[in-house]
Amino acid sequence: MLKTTILSATILAAALGAPAMAAEKTDFKIAWSIYVGWMPWGYLADSGIMDKWAEKYGISVDIVQINDYVESINQYTAGQFDGVSATNMDTLSIPAGGGVDTTALIIGDYSNGNDAVILKGEGTIADLVGKPVNLVELSVSHYLLARGLDSVGLAESDLDGVVNTSDADMIAAYAAPEVQAVVTWNPLVSEILSSNPDANNVFDSSQIPGEILDLMVVNTGTLADNPDFGKALAGAWYELMGLMKAGDEDVLTAMAEASGTDLEGYKAQLAATEMFYDPAAAVAQAEAEDLPETMANVAEFLFDKGILGVGAPSADFVGVEYPGGTVTGDSANVKFRFDATYMQMAADGAL
Amino acid sequence: MRLINRVPSRPVGLMLGALPFVAIILAYVAGSEIRLAANPADKLLPALDTIRETAARLFTETDKRSGDILLWQDTFASLRRLFLGVGISALLSLSIGMAIGLLPYARKGLTGFVAVLSMVPPLALLPILFIVFGLGEVSKVVLIVIGITPFMTRDLSQRVLDIPVEQIVKAQTLGASSFVIALRVALPQVLPRLISAVRLSLGSAWLFLIAAEAVAADVGLGYRIFLVRRYLAMDIILTYVIWITLLAFVIDWVLKRISERAFPWMGAGL
Repeated sequence: MLKTTILSATILAAALGAPAMAAEKTDFKIAWSIYVGWMPWGYLADSGIMDKWAEKYGISVDIVQINDYVESINQYTAGQFDGVSATNMDTLSIPAGGGVDTTALIIGDYSNGNDAVILKGEGTIADLVGKPVNLVELSVSHYLLARGLDSVGLAESDLDGVVNTSDADMIAAYAAPEVQAVVTWNPLVSEILSSNPDANNVFDSSQIPGEILDLMVVNTGTLADNPDFGKALAGAWYELMGLMKAGDEDVLTAMAEASGTDLEGYKAQLAATEMFYDPAAAVAQAEAEDLPETMANVAEFLFDKGILGVGAPSADFVGVEYPGGTVTGDSANVKFRFDATYMQMAADGAL
Repeated sequence: MRLINRVPSRPVGLMLGALPFVAIILAYVAGSEIRLAANPADKLLPALDTIRETAARLFTETDKRSGDILLWQDTFASLRRLFLGVGISALLSLSIGMAIGLLPYARKGLTGFVAVLSMVPPLALLPILFIVFGLGEVSKVVLIVIGITPFMTRDLSQRVLDIPVEQIVKAQTLGASSFVIALRVALPQVLPRLISAVRLSLGSAWLFLIAAEAVAADVGLGYRIFLVRRYLAMDIILTYVIWITLLAFVIDWVLKRISERAFPWMGAGL
C-alpha cells in the first residue's frame, strides 16, 4: 500500500514537474489562438508551409490551436510549448513576470482599430463617467480603456467600476439592459457595432498606434540553443505574409473561414490591423524609438493593477531588452527581449 | 477469511484514510520543487510556504484601492448567491415534488416536463438568461436554480411516491383532507430527503455559481479565480480552491448535523 502510494506520488510529481528545459532538440511545439493577426499560424499548419520550412532545417514544428487565449499563454509559461502567440502586454505579465525568459521572435502586427471602447448611445469617452464598463479585466481591453480615459484626463476611479465579462459572452452581455459600455476586440467589435444601431465606437486602438503588438514569442533559452527553430518559424511566416500581401484569395478565404467569418469580414478586420507583411517593417517596429516608452507605459499599467509578477516591488521589476541592447526596467532581471535577428534574416532573404 | 469480512482496526483505518491526502501533498511538494529548481519564479506550482504566506495575506490584508479584505468580500458575495439559489431551489422542488407525488393531475402534467428539463444543459442557455435576467445578481441565482431544481424535484417527487399507499389510505379513513395528508403524512417524510437532496446538489450548485461568476461579475470567489488566472497566480487560486473546498465541506457537515438532530428517526438512512 505504502509502496503504491509512493509510486503514484512519484509518477504524479514527474507529470507535474517537467518544465521545458533549454537544450538542443529537433521537435518543437507552438500554440496559437484565434485572432485576426494570428490566423496565419493556423494556415501555416494546414497548408504544409510550416512543414516545408521545418524540413529545410531538419526539425519538426507542431502548431497547436488553443481555444482559450489566456490558457495558451499559461501553458507556454508552464513549459508545455516552446512558443505562443501573444500580445506584448500579456507576454510581460504572464511569462516574463513569471520568470520565463521570453523573446519576441516575430512582430506580426499592431492593433489599429481592432480593439475598441463601445458606448451604448450617443457620446464620447468622457461620457463613461459614473457608468460601469464591461470588459475582460486585466486584458489589452483594460489597457485600452486606461489609455482612453487618460487621453481626456480621467481615471478608472471616475467610472462606476469595471465588470469582468468573458469575451465569449460579450455580445450577449451587450444586449443586457444594464450594460452601458463595453471594451472588446475583433471580431466582437464589428459584430456589436453592426448589429446594434445604438452602439458607438468612442475610442479605439488606432488612436494608440503601435502600443498593442501581436507577437510570436518563444522561450529565449530554447531559441539560443536552437537557432534553426527561429529560422524555420520566420521563414514560414514571411512566405505566407508574401502571399497575403499579394491578396491571394484562396489563402485569405481559408483564414476567414477558420476564424468564423467570410472573406469580406476578414478583410474588414485586416483593415483595422496594421500587418507587417514586410519583414523590414517588423524590424523597424522592433527598433522603433517609442517602443521602450510604450513598454514602460504597459509595465506601469500592469504594476498599477498589481499583476506585474509575484510581489513586484515596482514597475521596473521586469527588464525588457530591445534590439541594440537598450534595456528598460531592471537590467538584472531581463525576461522579455525584442529580437530583430530572425526578422532581419527574412528581410535580407538569408533564410 | 473472505476479503469482504476483513475490517481494519481503528488506527489502520485512520492511516488508510490519510494515505491519499499524504500522497497528493507529497506529489505536489515534489513537483513544485522540481519546477522551482528549474525556474525560481515558477508560478504553476508554488511552494507550500508561498501558499501559506499568500493565504495569510489574503485573509488579513486590506486592498489598497477599496480598503476591504477582498477574500471576505468574495466569500460573502458568493455565499449569498449560493444560499439564495439553493434556498429557492429547495422551496421550488419541495412544492413541485410534493404536488407531483400526491396529485395525479400534477403528475400527468409535470413529470415529463421536469424529466426533460433536468436534461437541458443550463450553461448553454447563458445568453438568454443574460437578456432576460440581466448581468447582475439575479442571473447568477437563476443559473443555480435552473441548474439544480429539476434534479431535486425528480428526486423529491419519487420520495413522495415511495410513501406506502397504505399510509395514505389510512389517513383518508381517519378523515384527512388532501391538504392535511400533504402536511402531516408526506411532508415529515420528505423533509429529511430534501436535506439529503440539497447536500447532493451542493456540488453542482458551486459549479454553476463559479461558472456564472466567471462570465460576468465584479466580486465573488469564482470571479477572483478567473481574474488572477490571467497572470497565472496559482498561489491565489490554490488558496481559493482550498477555501472553497473547506466551505463546501462545512456546509455539508452542518446540513448533516441538522438532519441528524431534526430527524433522528431516519437513522442510517441519511
